[in-house]
Parts: sequence; C-alpha cells; structure tokens
Amino acid sequence: MANVLVFAETRGGELRKVAFEAVTAARQLADATGGGEVHAFLAGPAGISAKAEQLGKHGADVVIVAESAEFAQFARESIAATIADRAKAGAYRAIVLGFSAQGRDLGPRLAARLDLPIASDVTEIAVEGDTLVVKHPAYANKVTTTLAVSGPSAVISVRPSAFTAVEAPRSAKTETVSASPASGATVTVKEVIEGAKGRPDLGEAQVIVSGGRGLKSAENFKLVEELADAFGNAAVGATRAVTDDGWRPHSDQIGQTGRQVSPQLYVAIGISGAIQHIAGMRTSKTIVAINKDKEAPIFKVADYGIVGDVLEVVPALTAAVREARKS
Amino acid sequence: MKIAVCIKRTPDSESRFKIAPSGVAIDETGLKFDIDDFAGYAVEAALQINEKAGGGETVVYAVGPDNVQETLRKAMSMGADRAVHLKADIVPPDGLAIAKALAAELKEGGYDLVLFGKQAFDSSAGVVGTATAELLGIPAVTAVSALSVAGGKGDARRELEGAAELVEFPLPAVVTIDEGVARPRYPSLKGIMAAKKKPLETKPAQLGAVRVTMKKMELPPERPAGRIIGEGPAAVAELVRLLQTEAKVL
Ligand SMILES: Cc1cc2nc3c(=O)[nH]c(=O)nc-3n(C[C@H](O)[C@H](O)[C@H](O)COP(=O)(O)OP(=O)(O)OC[C@H]3O[C@@H](n4cnc5c(N)ncnc54)[C@H](O)[C@@H]3O)c2cc1C
Ligand SMILES: Nc1ncnc2c1ncn2[C@@H]1O[C@H](COP(=O)(O)O)[C@@H](O)[C@H]1O
Repeated sequence: MANVLVFAETRGGELRKVAFEAVTAARQLADATGGGEVHAFLAGPAGISAKAEQLGKHGADVVIVAESAEFAQFARESIAATIADRAKAGAYRAIVLGFSAQGRDLGPRLAARLDLPIASDVTEIAVEGDTLVVKHPAYANKVTTTLAVSGPSAVISVRPSAFTAVEAPRSAKTETVSASPASGATVTVKEVIEGAKGRPDLGEAQVIVSGGRGLKSAENFKLVEELADAFGNAAVGATRAVTDDGWRPHSDQIGQTGRQVSPQLYVAIGISGAIQHIAGMRTSKTIVAINKDKEAPIFKVADYGIVGDVLEVVPALTAAVREARKS
Repeated sequence: MKIAVCIKRTPDSESRFKIAPSGVAIDETGLKFDIDDFAGYAVEAALQINEKAGGGETVVYAVGPDNVQETLRKAMSMGADRAVHLKADIVPPDGLAIAKALAAELKEGGYDLVLFGKQAFDSSAGVVGTATAELLGIPAVTAVSALSVAGGKGDARRELEGAAELVEFPLPAVVTIDEGVARPRYPSLKGIMAAKKKPLETKPAQLGAVRVTMKKMELPPERPAGRIIGEGPAAVAELVRLLQTEAKVL
C-alpha cells in the first residue's frame, strides 16, 4: 500500500483533460499497490482551490493546493520546487504527470531534483513487486517498449488519451502548501500567444481534419476548416510540407516531429502519407483519406479512402456531413 | 559563444524495424544510423549562432559505445570544432543516468549554452536535456521552436498545445530544440575532410546506477489494410454511411 502524487495540470485557471487522465492513472496505480491514497497537486492563482472537488470526483483523496500569483503562468521552476518539497515529505510510490507540454517540462526536473528514475509517455502501468513495469511507445510509435523502473519511487508521465478519465468519487480533503521559491535563475514568460479560438486542442479533439500539400494553396485550407466546422468540435492539423510553407503554424503539425494524436476520426486531405506523418496519427481509431493518387501510401492506413480531387470531394463531404448531423 | 551540443546516435527514422532475437533490442542489421533528428537541429542552431557572432566554439558530446564516434565525426563535418565521447557499453533507457554522465562532464566546461534535442527518436522520452539542466543548476528552456541569444540572455518561442509562449532567460542555460529552429546542413566534402583531423576525446561515462531497463520490445499491431471505397464526389454518400453505421463516429 503506497500513496501516489499526481500533478493536476491547469491552464487559464481550468483543469485540463490530461489532469483527469493522470488522476485516473494515479488512482489505478495506488489501487494496484493495495489501496494507497492519491494526492493531487493543484497550483494556480488565488481561487484555484475551487477546482479541488473535480479532482476528488476522479479519485483524489487529498488535494494539495498551492496558490500564488506567479502560478497564473506556468512558473516551471517554482512549481517543480514546490512539488519536489512536497514529494520529499510524502514517501510516494510515484509522481504521475501527463506527457503534455507542461508535464514534459516538469517530469525530468522532478526526476533530477529528487534523484528518481523516470519513464515518459507511458500507456500502461503495472506494479510487479518493487518494480513498476510500464509500456512506452518508442521509435516514434514504431516499437512498443516495456520498461522496468526499479526503486521505491519514480516519476511517470502518461500519454494523453491513453488513460480514459473515469469518475471514482472521494470526498477529497484539501491541504494548502506555500509555493517554494525557484532556487536559481529562471525562465520568464513574456507573452502567451493563444491559438485559434473555438477549436479544441489537437490532443483533446475527437475529430481531426488534416490538410496536406495536395490542397495547393493556403487559401484552399478553408476547405479543411469548413469540414472541421461541419463535424462540430473538430481540430485542424497539417503536414510538415504545409507548415514549412507557412500555410499553417508549426503547432498544427502532426507527425514524428509534430504532435502525436489519437482521435476517434482522422480525415487526411491531400496528404501523401509519408512515414513521418503516419508516425503521428496511426493510432487514430478511424482514418479517412482523400487523395487523387490511388497509389498514395496514406491509403494503406486509411480505413476508408476516396480517390479524387480534394477541391471537388471535400466540399461535397462537408455538405454531406452537415446534412447527416442535422438529422 | 561557447556552445555544447549533446547528440544521440539513432537509426534512420524511415527504417522498417525488426526486433532482435533477444527481445530487448532492435535488429540493427542493415539500418543506417545518424544524429537523432532534433539533436541535428540543435547542432545546426549552434553553428548558426556562432557563425552569426563570427567566433566561439561548438563542442559535441555523445554517451555510448565506440560507434557514437562516427556520429560525433558527422557533427564535426557539419562544422562543430571538437567532440567528447563519453564511453559506455550500452545506452540504457534511463534518461537520468545519461543526464548524470553529461552533467558531470559539462559542469566545468564553461559553456554559455548547452543544446539538446527535444526528444530522441529511439527513446522518444524528452528527459535528458531538462534533467541535465537541473543537475547543472541552470535554467532549462524546453521545446524551443525559435531561438536568439545576445548580450548574456536568450529569447525563445515554445509551442504549447494550441498556443505558444515567448520566454526570456539568462545565460548560461540549457535549451532543448524542437523543429522550426533550423534544418541541419549537409556536410561539404571539405567539411568531411576537416572533421577527420578535429580533436575527439574519449572518457568513461559516469552513468551511476541504472534504474530503468528494457524488459521487452515488440512491434505494434499493424493497422488492418486500408480500403478504397470509391472515386470522386460520388463516393461521399457511401463514406458518410460507413462513418455512421460501421465506424460510428458521425
Ligand atoms: C526528420 C523528418 C521529420 C519529419 N517530420 C514530419 C512530421 O512530423 N509531419 C509530417 O507531416 N511530415 C514530416 N516530415 C516530412 C514528410 O517526409 C513529408 O515530406 C510530408 O509529410 C509530406 O507532406 P504532404 O503529404 O502534405 O505533401 P506531399 O508528400 O507533397 O503529398 C501531397 C499529396 O497530395 C496529393 N494531391 C495533390 N493534388 C491533389 C488534389 N488536387 N486532390 C487530391 N490529392 C492531391 C498528391 O497525390 C500527394 O499524395 C518529416 C521529414 C523528415 C525527414
Ligand atoms: N546518449 C546520449 N548522448 C548524448 N546526448 C544524448 C544521449 N541521449 C540523449 N541525448 C540528448 O538528449 C535529447 C533527448 O533525449 P531523450 O531524453 O532520450 O528523449 C536528445 O535529442 C539528445 O540531444
């Protein structure tokens, strides 16, 4: 029986989807050790403690709240220092985070500060005696590795969407801690540039409509946007050819060197299906491809392919999806 | 500026992989190896910073067996001035152990900037750079897609999920490089010749206790073969029907 500490990630004062997934993973891990407690660490500006209840609903026994004006931004060094100080006091079996932009940044900091082994981007966690056995897709998802993480404690980051958040209500106790100061020189956030409003993040979207060079121009990308709108709450992605040409920002890029996504539905429009692109979307549940070249490699992974000109097929599909969702 | 770049030797990401009979490694026969993709961008970024400043030194580091010397030579053929090989029999999947070996060596190096890739292709972990910064006690700026340094400080852009962050940091610092900063140059013939004469020093790597080990490697299940359902706008009705009734995503 051992307790697990989990980082409850927020942005703009709201808990993120990955926070609930991490809490679920922590709950499973604590249960697997024979029924330990889950302690969720929640950092933010004054008032963030109001989010504690939602964490209890997903299985946190204790919510450790650190409120500080500087936590309105992602103050990485002092967040890491505060979590590390708390972890030192806690004898936790593991510290769990999401493998998100914040979690990727914090995980290795905590591992180094606390001298703990770390496993990143994990899709399964099991306890085997005093070893944590985790699954981690490596080689850009081309090889699945099983790693043995030994020692009494460890840092584990979980792949977004790999653990489905489930409710496991507890009446979470709240505990407040003060923010620990950063020990040395720090990174200062000058500005946060928000992306396109009104669209979910690529990592959280159920449907992603993605465009490639087959669209021929930045203007034609509106066909992708319109299809995404027709699906409702869909995100828009792109290939590297498209982000290289500046039709879309780099943050929209899907693939080995971009985002790795697993939506319910991935629609590839004018995308050839280069191996580096497929590395980022092959775990999508259903894949649709539209390409004028019937030999394009994308058709090898597409559940449903249409051979044709995107400029003709996509508007027809947009109209049909709109119609289908109306009824 | 004095810049260190830590590079990993990884197989070409376009390869088809097979698992070795041991079950805990990939079969390396026929694979091409090179600098890991993001670390390649980091080498290029370092070279450009020093070229622009018209001076400085770029030193490349790699932890691993003797075969990493080839990778270090490649970086020197691109333009790095010298290389340090931290010799270890194997490269464990323990990012903190690798960070310890690098930090022990970089500590006294007097670097203004230490660059890493955001994550290596093989481990796909994104641990070593940030952990090294913590061990060195200097700022870590992670997943940077644009970078400029001048006057003892740096400015960077970081891609977040659906947003971007502009940050400022004092030097010395560790920066982990995402795509967007620079595409690696191809070595020139002259560069390849020059690299043969550049200094490459070998020392034992101080990995410390290895606590993360490979238990099993397997290939993920193949996706079922794709199917083309039709041609042109006429196929749209069938697609929508399949999305509704078979895939149930609409
Ligand atoms: C180290 C490295 C990392 C990389 N990382 C990534 C990554 O993260 N993500 C990524 O996407 N790529 C990545 N790439 C690039 C990748 O190899 C491909 O170059 C890229 O994915 C191609 O993008 P594309 O499919 O848009 O363009 P293309 O390959 O040019 O394909 C365009 C497709 O559109 C079709 N087409 C053209 N006109 C029409 C039309 N009118 N109607 C219908 N179809 C049409 C064509 O048949 C073709 O199949 C990486 C490459 C390297 C070397
Ligand atoms: N064995 C190594 N030797 C030198 N640098 C390394 C090594 N392993 C990882 N790195 C660096 O750390 C980055 C991140 O690696 P990783 O944490 O394994 O994803 C890589 O892009 C390299 O820049």
